[in-house]
Amino acid sequence: MKSVQLSHGGGGEETNTLINDLFYRYFENDILIKAEDAAVLEVKKKIAFTTDSFTVSPIVFNGGDIGKLSIAGTVNDLAMMGARPLYLSSAFMIEEGLSYDTLKQIVESMAKELAKSGAKIVCGDTKVVPRGSLDKIFINTAGIGEIEQEDISVSNLEQGDVIMASRDVGRHGATILMEREGLDISSDLQSDCETLWPAVEGLIKEDIAVHSLRDATRGGLSAVLNEWAQASDICIEVEEDSVGISDQVRGICEMFGFEAMDLANEGTFILAVASEDAEKALQVLRQYHFCENASVIGTVSEKYPSKVVLHSAHGTSRFLDLPKGELLPRIC
Amino acid sequence: MNELQLKDLYDGFRDPKTIRMLAKEIEELAKGLDETLNIMEVCGGHTHTIMKYGLPQLLPANIAFIHGPGCPVCIMPKERIDHAIALAKMENTILLTLGDMIRVPGSKTSLAVERAAGHDIRALYTPMDALKIAKENPDKKVVFFAIGFETTTPMTSAVIKHTVDQGIKNLFFHINHVLVPPAVDAIMADGKAKINAFIGPSHVSVITGAKIYASLPEDYNTPVAVSGFEPVDVLQGILMMVRQKLEGRAELEIQYTRAVTMEGNLKAQQLNDTYMRPRAHFRWRGIGDIPDSALELRPEYDYLDAEKLFADILPTEPIDDHKLCICGTILKGLAKPMDCKVFGKACTPNSPLGSCMVSSEGSCNAYYRYAGVLG
Repeated sequence: MKSVQLSHGGGGEETNTLINDLFYRYFENDILIKAEDAAVLEVKKKIAFTTDSFTVSPIVFNGGDIGKLSIAGTVNDLAMMGARPLYLSSAFMIEEGLSYDTLKQIVESMAKELAKSGAKIVCGDTKVVPRGSLDKIFINTAGIGEIEQEDISVSNLEQGDVIMASRDVGRHGATILMEREGLDISSDLQSDCETLWPAVEGLIKEDIAVHSLRDATRGGLSAVLNEWAQASDICIEVEEDSVGISDQVRGICEMFGFEAMDLANEGTFILAVASEDAEKALQVLRQYHFCENASVIGTVSEKYPSKVVLHSAHGTSRFLDLPKGELLPRIC
Repeated sequence: MNELQLKDLYDGFRDPKTIRMLAKEIEELAKGLDETLNIMEVCGGHTHTIMKYGLPQLLPANIAFIHGPGCPVCIMPKERIDHAIALAKMENTILLTLGDMIRVPGSKTSLAVERAAGHDIRALYTPMDALKIAKENPDKKVVFFAIGFETTTPMTSAVIKHTVDQGIKNLFFHINHVLVPPAVDAIMADGKAKINAFIGPSHVSVITGAKIYASLPEDYNTPVAVSGFEPVDVLQGILMMVRQKLEGRAELEIQYTRAVTMEGNLKAQQLNDTYMRPRAHFRWRGIGDIPDSALELRPEYDYLDAEKLFADILPTEPIDDHKLCICGTILKGLAKPMDCKVFGKACTPNSPLGSCMVSSEGSCNAYYRYAGVLG
């Protein structure tokens, strides 16, 4: 079976073959194939710029792989600033011996994911490191996007804003946990990994007064809401029952003592919208298959500044904490 | 017939309407109580339910909770955490343990810090994985640092049984299994504790049977309700105890009848007895030395006992908590976390000075996180 060798990262003929057969073939665009030392870009508006490194075990999981993740992750960070994703860099760090077919599968899914936002990979780098130096493959992507709607910020939440979630929470974290720990549970649970830009573009086109957007990645919904409450010095009141959690995610949380609201997502975003636009925002979101269960989960108030309060259906309230430390299952 | 779903097992026991109805009934009946019902929920799992579902907000002021010592991580004295660290630092060794144990600091570092320093330390999801890891690493010593109350003991016993039966030569055990009844007796011993009712840990009782609490009503004249871990279970247990008080009874009752009997799981008990026996002494963080309050491997399994095999590298000096820590007093219901001078200042969940702050199930930790909540 063909595998990636140290020579593929050596800068010589093998490197060129890898670049031509794989990266140019799947990422092809005018800027990339010029093969200059740096990509030359023309940008007319204010830009957003972000970077993220991706490492996930297993590298292929139900609902995606590290390639899909590396594009969706960076594109989503741009989208959450109201920026249309335009140009990405991609840097691969590959452990010697990775199967060539796996690498090809990863690159293919990156290309497929790029098509969803129209963003292009315009520059890149490949390093191959000796076996044992890293776990199979790390990918770094950086991205530039043109700001289509300004003033979307963590510190822009206002009293009376409506908080929405684009879908149910916890899928990516629960999926990875299940696969990583080799839990013998049969489940059709899939990661929510997805490019969110089309939905954000839809909101901008419809002129929705979006105050804050954030994808609920590591730390999950709990982290986003707490970051917002602190940055905007407001209180977010959440109706616990309105937060969507699938039966599969709930089941895994039950067995291991996790909170679904703390689990990572890779295609789920949280919105703060002016209350008069809330209904319209929901209508827009529900047109996209990955947001068809978008719902209102709470409101912004001044009750406990910098805090997130969960209201239960049985009439009690508690603070929702920022998740701390690594995720460890409760013992009993 | 529809397939049974996991949620069918808990949905009804979290039903908002049922929760409100039970709370209402408790409130009505509690008007007739002539003293505050100070309920100790012994088990950290119950503390978690009480906090997560905000049950104190639904109950009248004369129903109070005193969070008990029932979290196996919280009660682990620092010198035994140092044992785990010393074992993990041995050459060619994999140390296995469960959950929060990774995070809790010993006298100098924690397992998490040592893991980051390159030692092979793994948190298991199920103790049975220890067998797999030992077989996959025949050239390494694999040490299972076993923790937990009676609930988790049979799982360790099962791993030991397989180790013995399969002749696995590289898997060793450091046993820290502790027992509920002696700890409760230690808290009640001086007669000063304010506790006048107990919610019995039900998962423990699935194994041991409710019989292990039989002496509590006799010795301390307190009602006991062995309750499940869902909010409806806890509230129903409280209701049973309020009724007992009103009727002048002090009895052992089982609320969690769907899994608990008086006798318990005899097979599991037998399995434990085969491999373990009571340990003469165990020091509980926050309470101190309690005789016969823990288990150890039987002498015929010395060849699996990490405490004996590696005794020369294990520290023996007891390490007490900070002298300002008042966990012991808090456990008796004689003080609230806020009464402690170091609470929230020198002692926080990130750098706990005492047992009650250590895990999310400890009372100081719960107060720290929920302080200021919510009438």
